[in-house]
Amino acid sequence: MSLHLDATPAHGPTDAARQALPPRPPRTLRSRLTALDIKGSPYLYVAPFFIIFALFMLYPLGYTLFVSTRNWQLGAQTSTSVGWSNYVELYHDHDFWNSVGNTFGIFVISTIPQLLMALFLANLLNRALRGRTLLRIGIVAPIVTSTAVIGLVFNQLYSKDFGLINYLLHFVGVHHIDWKASKVASWSALATMVNWHWTGYNTLIYLAGMQTIPKDIYESASLDGARPITQFWRITVPMLRPTIVFTVIISTIGGLQLFGEPALFGSGSNYLGGGSLHQFQTVTMYLLQEMFNRSRLGYAGAIAWVLFLLILITSVLNFLIVRRINSDK
Amino acid sequence: MATLYTSHARVDEPQHRERPRRVRAASSRLWQTSPLTYLTLLVAIVLSIFPLYFMLIGATQDNDDIYKSPPALLPGSHLMSNLSKVFSNESANVGKGLLNSVIIASCVTLSVVFFSSLAGFAFAKLRFRGKSAMLLVILGSMMIPVQIGLIPLYLIMVKLGWENRLAAVIVPVLVNGFGVFMMRQYASQAVPDELIEAARVDGSNTWGIYWHVVLPALRPAAAVLGIFTFMQTWNDFLWPLVAMQDPANPTVLISLRNLGNGYYQDYAQVFAGTAVATVPLLIVFIVLGRQIIGGIMEGALKA
Repeated sequence: MSLHLDATPAHGPTDAARQALPPRPPRTLRSRLTALDIKGSPYLYVAPFFIIFALFMLYPLGYTLFVSTRNWQLGAQTSTSVGWSNYVELYHDHDFWNSVGNTFGIFVISTIPQLLMALFLANLLNRALRGRTLLRIGIVAPIVTSTAVIGLVFNQLYSKDFGLINYLLHFVGVHHIDWKASKVASWSALATMVNWHWTGYNTLIYLAGMQTIPKDIYESASLDGARPITQFWRITVPMLRPTIVFTVIISTIGGLQLFGEPALFGSGSNYLGGGSLHQFQTVTMYLLQEMFNRSRLGYAGAIAWVLFLLILITSVLNFLIVRRINSDK
Repeated sequence: MATLYTSHARVDEPQHRERPRRVRAASSRLWQTSPLTYLTLLVAIVLSIFPLYFMLIGATQDNDDIYKSPPALLPGSHLMSNLSKVFSNESANVGKGLLNSVIIASCVTLSVVFFSSLAGFAFAKLRFRGKSAMLLVILGSMMIPVQIGLIPLYLIMVKLGWENRLAAVIVPVLVNGFGVFMMRQYASQAVPDELIEAARVDGSNTWGIYWHVVLPALRPAAAVLGIFTFMQTWNDFLWPLVAMQDPANPTVLISLRNLGNGYYQDYAQVFAGTAVATVPLLIVFIVLGRQIIGGIMEGALKA
């Protein structure tokens, strides 16, 4: 940073003032600029996010809250205020709570094994391996696929009569499982899709975090006689805490919004229904069903807001749990 | 990453030979690779590649062969006819969709990585009033389901005249809470405060510190964020479906949907279409994947 103060007198003190000041006036302007830089630039750097956030997230969120307090048909020009009655109806709506149960069920049986598997794989990849570039690319490859493609491909793999999964299962005496028929079957099929999609991604995130842990810590632990498995749980996992918190929160948010896989898994005209008895209908599917199939914009707005609150509460709870578990170590 | 591999290599270097033998033994036991390591990784990779392989195989089959048990696991001979069906489908505009998706995903990726690393640096390493509250807003923003704002967002686009224009799917995602939070987490782990203090003492301003000190150290995370953003943008389906309804100007996934009424019946054509939408990404991913790994090692060395 070079400032030619004499060439820009307009910004500096006047000649008289300059003579009256202590003999180093350039320092004053420079330090003022530095102070402005230190105080101002953080706001400048975070500003782009907040502009985009306000225009394209906060405003729509508030507008949806307004919609949720009204009786509003999709496409209608006018609507009437109904207060909070949409929320009261939602509270007594069995189909809604069924979709909440499905969403949480699939979330739990996909996220927990997935993150443990990712930690395990990252620990394996975090070694001097031969061909490690290829190994990593292979592990992370599933993230290239969209949820639409996953739904279509696994729909074939889990097909009742022609699917590869059922073909393989018949060798161990299990015949013709209808993977869409029951909660247990459809939840495990969907959890498989989610796990397949995201395990590699989480592995890469953990791996990046593991690389920043200084090697000397392991060496001094070895000196104290700590075994590798102890070092993994006592050093690697606690040191990864910020990264683990990050993956848990991201998985919570993504998991509770689950939509693409179940929607394409239950393909057909009533794809938002999530099976004949709504056995795998998620909250987002229920939201879109109310919005587009039943044209109840206000009720859908209420569902959207409750979904938002559920995600918020679950994320905070998970954050507190993960932080606690790790600091005990 | 490099810290690990270089120090692993250093274990065998002469200057470390004087260390107690049992340290080296225990330390190398921690990082040793056995055939079991390779076997486990091999199984994981087969499982992770197989559905992609299955999709490509499906793209080479005749539609009748798809409905057979066991399903075909070796390439058939119908790839070209399936592909020509996909590309000649006039209502799908697959070529235009591919071009649009490349433009959209590239713009969004550059912007997200730049603005996220800038904001992540500010949150991790700079002091300013209201920082904690702002960070809470960022965390909160990640919990806002996309589906919530769909209708109001569409109304905004109509008002701006951005309907069916690429700006509608680029501008709302120029930067997101996910990227900022990820860069913030990584920066607080990987950039030492002393390095920033030293740069300040040397007379560097905040921008200079970001550009010359922080950004190089953030490269591993930036690579991961960049590749992830590219994939996510390419694979985004719901919002383009609402904002880009004109079949003449689709993204590649909208093209797939427009493949026609045969979408669910002609499953060979569906597989070919999904392959067309996935293979370019797979190629980009392999190219960028190498960069990621190089970037991670280089960045860690500099930090």
